[in-house]
Amino acid sequence: MIYFFQQALNALQLGSMYALIALGYTMVYGVLSMINFAHGDFFMVGAFLCFVGASRLHLSFVPVLLLSMGGVTLLGVATERIAYRPLRNAPKVSAIITALGVGIFLENFTLGLNPYPKYVPPLLPSFSFNFGGVSVSSFQLATIGISIGLMLALHLIVNKTKAGLAMRAISADRTIVPLMGVPVDKIIALTFALGSGLGGAAGVMYAMAYPVIDPYIGIIVGWKAFISAVIGGIGDIRGAVLGAYILGTVEIMTAAFLPSTYRDLITFSLLLVLLIFRPRGLLGRAEIQKV
Amino acid sequence: MKKTADFLRRVCAPGKYFNAKTVAAAGFILALAISRFALLDNYLQLLLMLIGINVILTLSLNLINGYMGEFSVGHAGFMAAGAYVSSLLTVKTFALYSPLWAFPCAVLAGGVVAGFIGLVVAVPSFKTRGDYLAIVTLAFSMIVKSVIENIDSVGGPRGFLGMDKLTTLPWVFFWTVVTIWIIRNFIYSRFGRGILAVREDEIAADLSGVSTRNVKMLAFVVSSFFAGIAGGLYAHLIQYISPGTFDIIKSTEMLVMVYLGGVGSIAGSILGASAYTVLLEALRPLGIWRMAVMPLLLVLLMIFRPRGIMGLREARWLVPSSERDAGVSK
Repeated sequence: MIYFFQQALNALQLGSMYALIALGYTMVYGVLSMINFAHGDFFMVGAFLCFVGASRLHLSFVPVLLLSMGGVTLLGVATERIAYRPLRNAPKVSAIITALGVGIFLENFTLGLNPYPKYVPPLLPSFSFNFGGVSVSSFQLATIGISIGLMLALHLIVNKTKAGLAMRAISADRTIVPLMGVPVDKIIALTFALGSGLGGAAGVMYAMAYPVIDPYIGIIVGWKAFISAVIGGIGDIRGAVLGAYILGTVEIMTAAFLPSTYRDLITFSLLLVLLIFRPRGLLGRAEIQKV
Repeated sequence: MKKTADFLRRVCAPGKYFNAKTVAAAGFILALAISRFALLDNYLQLLLMLIGINVILTLSLNLINGYMGEFSVGHAGFMAAGAYVSSLLTVKTFALYSPLWAFPCAVLAGGVVAGFIGLVVAVPSFKTRGDYLAIVTLAFSMIVKSVIENIDSVGGPRGFLGMDKLTTLPWVFFWTVVTIWIIRNFIYSRFGRGILAVREDEIAADLSGVSTRNVKMLAFVVSSFFAGIAGGLYAHLIQYISPGTFDIIKSTEMLVMVYLGGVGSIAGSILGASAYTVLLEALRPLGIWRMAVMPLLLVLLMIFRPRGIMGLREARWLVPSSERDAGVSK
């Protein structure tokens, strides 16, 4: 039983990381109905900024977190401005291919700068608490706590501010809302800023949990986060968080109780079964098709 | 002099002697000659073969993503199935037989198995569309990869080797021409019309009497069959395959080639695959930075030419003569 709780804690940690990245996918999808395939690589850049901050600039935890989040926010906004905005009225696939291109560029640009995997020194003093046999490390506590804090902040921004209202309005109807005087470009830039910032934070958390990083970590983690967003129903913010914790739990539990090589097999099979029964995800609304 | 010019004009006039069939025959003879007498060095031959394999892959993906308008991101999985099945056959089952007929049989078998997997993927596509279907295809390719990793007798994550270098230029040329020919005829067939109708408007297609289920199933089977063929050829060219060969990066590469050349165009696929393969080799002096320059070029192309090089247009010689002036193929 203690083993189970220990694994549940790991699932919570992995789920928090997926949730932060999945939020970026789902927010951009909400306002642009476009999958930002470069988002996983934004996350990777966040992890590398964490490496730069921790091992080159010798910063402590909070400045590193701010550096990663700020850097990736800038990257996200710049990418939107340079690569995605000219394509907003182009066919959807061109935007997707551009996103894939940006992703490959980021991976290989980082690879050019860091040809070898990098080791990120620990940012927090390493100690652990013991709750009735379940040991909680300081990294896990920080990851889960900061993630939940960031998600609450996002929730407040989206639901309580004027900009958040505009964001929700754009995702509800993209033809009418601009006519009501909503500055669409600014709101989309803000969405990218928020989503990428969360991705940067996830990069720091990844680097704390798995301290050896290479430029390709963004691919698989990014796809997993994207899958979380789809499980919850892409475009839905609560769905992304829910999907991320479900995916984290499934992954950790299969690895804990079955041979770990079966992890991807079982995760993806479950995903398929889910999509057969709930084709629009758990919280996604059924698309109404007008003929 | 006049006679020679006249003769040349007659021979080169499109449709008479200078048509797709003679070009294919001449190309095949040329390919045979190149590989038999080593007219080109090994590097150029390898490059040509890679172009051919990439053309097959691109066409197979274009059928789903371009002509049917769905979004598959898991074609590397079909390719993996074809590669492993054909390699197992040539190494274990057909080891004692002449590769002259054993090799095409193995490649064909790989394609058939990939086609069966395509049939399974087609089932979720009845209900899900767009981004959700993209996830289904991705999940299938990951499952294929994961299954291979867990079978120890094919090497698991270590990969599989022992294949002879059976893929030669004539074989690649043959399969490429077969792929172009079958996919072209498929697109201009009754089912092909159904595929285009599904892309334009699925509900309208359904109401007009197109059996969208059959159309989707057939499209997925044909597409994954050819991806499997390409996998078989690739395995016997590189002589080493591992689950890591067929990961998301491979699928992404295929997507890039399709959209670079232009969706819904056979000529576009041929151009896209060739341009991508050649450009990747041409940028080789840049070393590690080559894969950073390549996507930048792609992004620029997409910003200035969002529909790819060909963009739904088709080369004239790939359109059946009865269609040329009908305006259907535009």
